[in-house]
Order: sequence, then structure tokens, then C-alpha cells
Amino acid sequence: MYKFFFLVFVFISGTINAQEQAMQLVQKVKAKLDAVNDYTAEGKMRTDVAFIKAPVGKVKVYYKKPNKFRIERNGGISILPKGGVSINMSSMILVNGFMALDAGTAIIGNTNTHVIKLLPNTENNDIILSTLYIDESNLVIRKSVTTTRESGTYEMEMYYGKFINYGLPDKVIFSFNTKDYKLPKGITLELDDIDQATKEKMKGKKGRVEINYSNYTINNGLAESTFK
Amino acid sequence: MWKHLEIELYKIFHRPRTYLAFAAITALIGVIQLGLKVDGKEYTEFVMADFAGSFSVDGKILNGYFICYVILQLLLVHVPLLIALIAADMISGEANMGTLRLLLTKSQSRTEILLAKFLASVIYTLLLLIWIAILGLLLSLVIFGTDDLFIMKSSYVVVVKSSDVFWRYCGAFCFAALAMTTVAALGFFLSFFAENSIGPIVATMSVIIVCTILSTMNIPLFNLIKPYLFTSHMVTWKEFFDFKVNDANEAIIGSIQYPDKIIRSALVLVLHIIIFVVGGIWYFRKKDVLS
Amino acid sequence: MMEIVKVEALTKKFDQLKAVNQLSFSVLPGDVYGFLGQNGAGKSTTIRMLLTLITPTDGDIQIFGLSLSKHRKEILQQIGAVIEKPDVYKYLSAYDNLKLFAKLSGIQPTRTTLMEQLELVGLAHRAKDTVKTFSQGMKQRLGIAIALVHNPQLIILDEPTNGLDPQGIADMRNLILSLSSQYKKTVIVSSHLLSEIEQIASRILIIDKGKKLVEGSSDELFDQSKIIIELNTNDNKSAYNILSESNWSNKLQPIRNGQIILQINKNDIPIFNQYLVSKDIAVFSLQPRHSLEDYFLQITAGKQHVEAFRN
Repeated sequence: MYKFFFLVFVFISGTINAQEQAMQLVQKVKAKLDAVNDYTAEGKMRTDVAFIKAPVGKVKVYYKKPNKFRIERNGGISILPKGGVSINMSSMILVNGFMALDAGTAIIGNTNTHVIKLLPNTENNDIILSTLYIDESNLVIRKSVTTTRESGTYEMEMYYGKFINYGLPDKVIFSFNTKDYKLPKGITLELDDIDQATKEKMKGKKGRVEINYSNYTINNGLAESTFK
Repeated sequence: MWKHLEIELYKIFHRPRTYLAFAAITALIGVIQLGLKVDGKEYTEFVMADFAGSFSVDGKILNGYFICYVILQLLLVHVPLLIALIAADMISGEANMGTLRLLLTKSQSRTEILLAKFLASVIYTLLLLIWIAILGLLLSLVIFGTDDLFIMKSSYVVVVKSSDVFWRYCGAFCFAALAMTTVAALGFFLSFFAENSIGPIVATMSVIIVCTILSTMNIPLFNLIKPYLFTSHMVTWKEFFDFKVNDANEAIIGSIQYPDKIIRSALVLVLHIIIFVVGGIWYFRKKDVLS
Repeated sequence: MMEIVKVEALTKKFDQLKAVNQLSFSVLPGDVYGFLGQNGAGKSTTIRMLLTLITPTDGDIQIFGLSLSKHRKEILQQIGAVIEKPDVYKYLSAYDNLKLFAKLSGIQPTRTTLMEQLELVGLAHRAKDTVKTFSQGMKQRLGIAIALVHNPQLIILDEPTNGLDPQGIADMRNLILSLSSQYKKTVIVSSHLLSEIEQIASRILIIDKGKKLVEGSSDELFDQSKIIIELNTNDNKSAYNILSESNWSNKLQPIRNGQIILQINKNDIPIFNQYLVSKDIAVFSLQPRHSLEDYFLQITAGKQHVEAFRN
């Protein structure tokens, strides 16, 4: 019996220990990201949704601590999945009030990552679960999967380059699920049908937004008015 | 024939009816522009209601290019009436007025006279479209500015880069000119068979309305005849606003998704024009003028 | 003398109806050629065939010595016409109409020339007014100006006095006469009004049901020595019997519509009248006629035709 309690104790303390380690890792990543007070980045954004045909557009991204984020398309129209998803690092790590769970390891690309699940402490949070794949050696997030109440599950993949020291990626791929798109022909005033193959193609359920950053200007100070 | 064409144009542009069409277009475009300037946001919200649930669209959707697209979409349904007013009156109106017999006793051959008349109605049609382009596109660009063109089709959404739009409008207007010339040819053809203007004008509109309904209804029986109806091809101008994408679903700037569709529709329309004009002239060449 | 117009065996069929049937006639240079027939006789159909508005079913038309079917362009350049109503573009002014039709006829007249043409038809003072404000007579005169604007050799006027008031008719008559005498034009005038034709025509063709009844010069047709008399008495039947047994019997023609008809010399009318009185025949009317109307009456033997002509 004691043996059993001992084993349970060892397991629980081990789990607690693992949780703490996970928390620490998240905090380390967060601390690294916190070194960036603000940044402006230029990049190219590509929206890849089966039923959206859009050209690659130049974007300018503004970020300010703790969670101010704005994406601006240079004089064009941009389509982004809805649901308050800001394509930035800090948004992946809940600012506070979460619990970190160690979920083992995984290989993302060629990099070994630590899988950590984040659970919010409050029940009314939009995010239900966030899974981070953290590259421990570089202290950067390689991938995240976030499940929300309103916008379903979305996934982000990060590819790093010369701004890895700031934890800022060169390329972000944001994947999400989409609903079917259909407008009555009476509204669009279309007469003919598109062929079945194209129709099927347009029914893809996964959408992607890809941003390739070309340039970061970090900690140069950004006015609050930029985000209004 | 050029002298006769000049005379026909002189006649067309000395008739109050001609300017009525230009005034009607000015009023229609003005109303659309005013409406969209005042309540454009609500209009786009209405159209995008479903889409906006999943996506947020940033940028100036209500720009000049978009307004022109809306104008063309709404207007090209009604312009045939304005074209019929002139084209369907070309022969019947003269027969009604009694001037046809005077005209045909002049030394020009009937074919020359009729071709001049048809060309005059085509020029009128083109001027009407140029007027639409000036008001619908250029004035809209001045009022609403420029940005990418955001179009919601029934199965997908298209965002055309602003730098890639203008040539598409040139193509669309050229195609619309062909479509409207078909209407002019139909009106012209029907005007051979009556001695009053109202009949051919109403007949032209009736043919267009019936064919458009057949083109719109998705019923298997009608689907069989749809490819042969010119009205099915009159809306193909929209194809200029759809482009190809590469394997990464990236827009290929300067491309057209279905160029073959545009070519096929253009050929069908040209064929209709030839049939209407040649058929009309062939019929009228030997017709006894009793008016 | 070469004929200006030579028509041979011209026929036009509309379905089963022969509107013009084997019609032959010729118009000589300088003629005012009166083309006479009641409504529906085939005048307009013939004129329209001369102007290529209607294609003949059969027959041949030569104008200026050329075949109309082969030389349409050259021939029509030398013809000016007003067909039935003088319809022009109502939304244009008289001047603009004239200018437009001049251009259509292949000429570019100066403003002075155009104004002279309008002056000729008495419309110079209304040159700038739109035609919709014109009376029928003014439109008719503008129609004539249009027909003359390219100085054609042959002028064809189809019912030019239609819808005109008496003054308008007189003006038109004078205009046609001056076209012939002053401007040396050959004119073809069609009408259903005998009185008009007999006052202006130098040669006359009468057609009925698409067929030629008679063609000839006015002098031939208006032979003064042969006068037709219509006699109305208190008792036409007994008067007819008395006359048929007298020396006048060879002048007597069959009773038409209850009237006694005689063809006598103009100088014999007083003697004839004395004879009637001597026989106690009470004369209500004794009407001599020496016009085409009687000629037409003679040929068609139908009073109803004359009535139709008088309407």
C-alpha cells in the first residue's frame, strides 16, 4: 500500500516537476520575446484558400509589447481569417493565467522540439488549448496549434533565419479550417456553371496565409497611434 | 458609303432620343455612385455577410474599380434597351416617317445604305459604352479612388491587384462592345420587318429578356440550348476579372482563367452579328418598299 | 427622238394580284407626262418600279436609254422624286433636310445654292425652322426642292397635290409648268385628279387595274370637235326614243346611269337644243364635256369611276 502511495507521490511530484519545467521553458521563450519591445517588418503575404484567388501582396507588420499587432497591406486589399488571430509570437503564448503541460517531444522539420500544451485557467477564455512546439536550443517556437471557441483550430509554423536571436521568424505559415463558400448566382449575376472539377477544388477545407518577412526594424519605438 | 455613314451619324445625333440614352446612363450611373458613396458600406456588408463571418477584409473595397464593376453588372442588363431605341429604329423608323422610300431612290445601293446604317448604330453603341467607361470607370476612380478589385463570385472570391485591373477593364469594355453590337444587330435585323419603331424595339427587348431568362434558369432542358443563346455569352466580359493561379494558389498577374471561354463567346457573338446583319440585308435587298 | 423613259410589258404581281399588267409607255424629253388612274389602278406601283423601290415581276424599264436593272446608279443620279407624301426628317430644319439629301445625291452645294432652291419653292424664309412646324403644303414644296437639289433631268412626282389646299394646288401646278418650260425638265406626274392632269400634262397615260387604257398627247385626247353631252330631261326614256328616231340617232350612245349621252360637234349644240325644244322635251340640264373625264367615261363606261376620280 505504501509502495503504491510512494509510486503515486513519485509520479505526481515527477509530473509537477515536468509541469514546472514546461512552465520555465515557456517563460524563457517569453522572456526572449520580451526583449523585443516593438518591431516593424516588411514582408510578402500570400493567402492560400481554395475559394480565394488573391495576388501575393506586400505587407507591413507593426508590433508593440505586450500584444499590439497590426498588419497593413501596402495599398491593397488583404483577406485574413477572422477570430482575432494576430500572426505574431506573443499571441501564441498567453500573457498570463495559464497552465503549461509537458507533452513530450516531436520533430518539426529537422528540429527536435519540446511539445508543451497550454491551458487557460479561466473558463471564459476564447482559447481552449494551445500546443507549442518549442525548439529548446534556440528558445523559439517552431509550431503552434491553437484551438479556440469561435474560430476553430488553427496552426502556425515558423521558419527562422537571421532574426532567430530575437525569436522573430522569417516565414510564418498560418493554417486554419474554412467553411464552405457559396453565393447565390442571383446576387453575382452569373449565368454559367463552373466545371465540377473546379467546384471540387474550391471546396478545400484548409486555408493558409503565408508571410515571408524580408526586413525587421526592432526596438526603434512605435507610437501608440500606429495601432488605432 | 462613308458619306452615307456620315449622314446616318448626323441624323442619329440630331435626334433628341439619342441624347435621352446618354442622359439615362448618366442618371443611372449617378444614382449608383451616389448610393454607394452614401451607403456603400452597407451594400458591401450585405454582399459579404457570409464571407465576413470567417474572414476580415482589409482595404478599400469600395474603390473606383469595384464601383465600375457594380455599374457594369447592373447597367449592361439595361443598356440593350437604349441601344434598341436607336438600332431597332434604323429602318422601321424611316419607313414610319416615310423617308425610307426617298432614301432608297438615291443612287447608293441598298447594301451600301444598310451597311452605313448598321455601322452608324454600332458607332452609337460604342459611344454609349465610351460614355459608360468615362462615367463608370474614370469618374468612379476620381470619386472613390483606386485599390485592388475585390469580386465575390458565386463559388470563389477574387482579388485583382490594382495594377492588374485597368487592362482587364479595357478587355471587358471591348467585349461589352461586342455584346452590345450583337444587340444592335438584332434590333437592326428586326427593324426590317416593321413599319413602326415600337414593334422592333419591343421585339428586341422581348427576345433579350426571354433569352436571358432561359440563360439564367438552371433547368436541364434549357441547359441544352444555352450555349447557342447569345445572351448566355453577353456576360462573358466578367471572365476578364478572373485569373489563373499557380500550384501554390498564387495569382498569376496578367493571366485570364478561361481565355478560351472569352474567345468562344466572342465567336458566338460575332456569328450572331453576321447572321443578323447579312440576313437582314439579304432580306431587304429584294424587298418591295411599299411604305 | 430618244425616249427618256421606255417601259415595255411591265408586270408586277403581289401574290395572285396583278397590280401592273403588261404596261408599256414612253416619256419623251420635255414632256409633262400625266399618269392618270383611280386609286389602286397601279400608278404608284409603276412609279415605284421606275424608282427601284419595287422589283418588277416581268418587263423592261429603260431610262435615258439605259436598262434600269443594270444601270441603277447612273440612272437614279439623274432622277428627282416625290413619292406620295413629301416625308422628310421632321426633327431637322428645311435647310438641313435639303443639305442632307443633296449629300445623299452626291453633291456638295454651297449655302447660296441651297437657299436658292428653297427660294424657288418659297421656303427661304423658313429655312431654319424644323419641318415639324410646317404645313402639308410647305412639306410638299420642300419635297420638290429635295427632288430638284441635284439638278436631275427627270422629275417624278407621285400625287404631288395630295393634301394641299386650293392655293397649294395652284402653286404646285405653276411650279410643275415652270419646271418644264423654264428649266426644261422632263416631269412625270401621277394623279387621280383629272382636272390637275389636264391643265399641266403634255402627254397622258390612263391606266386602270394595272393595264393601259390609253396613251397620247393632250391635243389628241382633248379633241374639241368631239364633245360629249350629258342630257337630263323630264322624261329621259321618251326623250331617248325621240332622239333615236331622229337625225341625231347616229350621235346617240347607250344610256348610262339613266342619262342620255351624245357625242356631237361643239358647234351643233345650239341646233340640238332647238331640236329638243321643238319636240317639247323639257331640258333640265345639258352638260357638255371636253375633258379626260369624258374620255375616261367613254372607255370605262362606268360612272362610278368618274365619281372616284372626283373625290
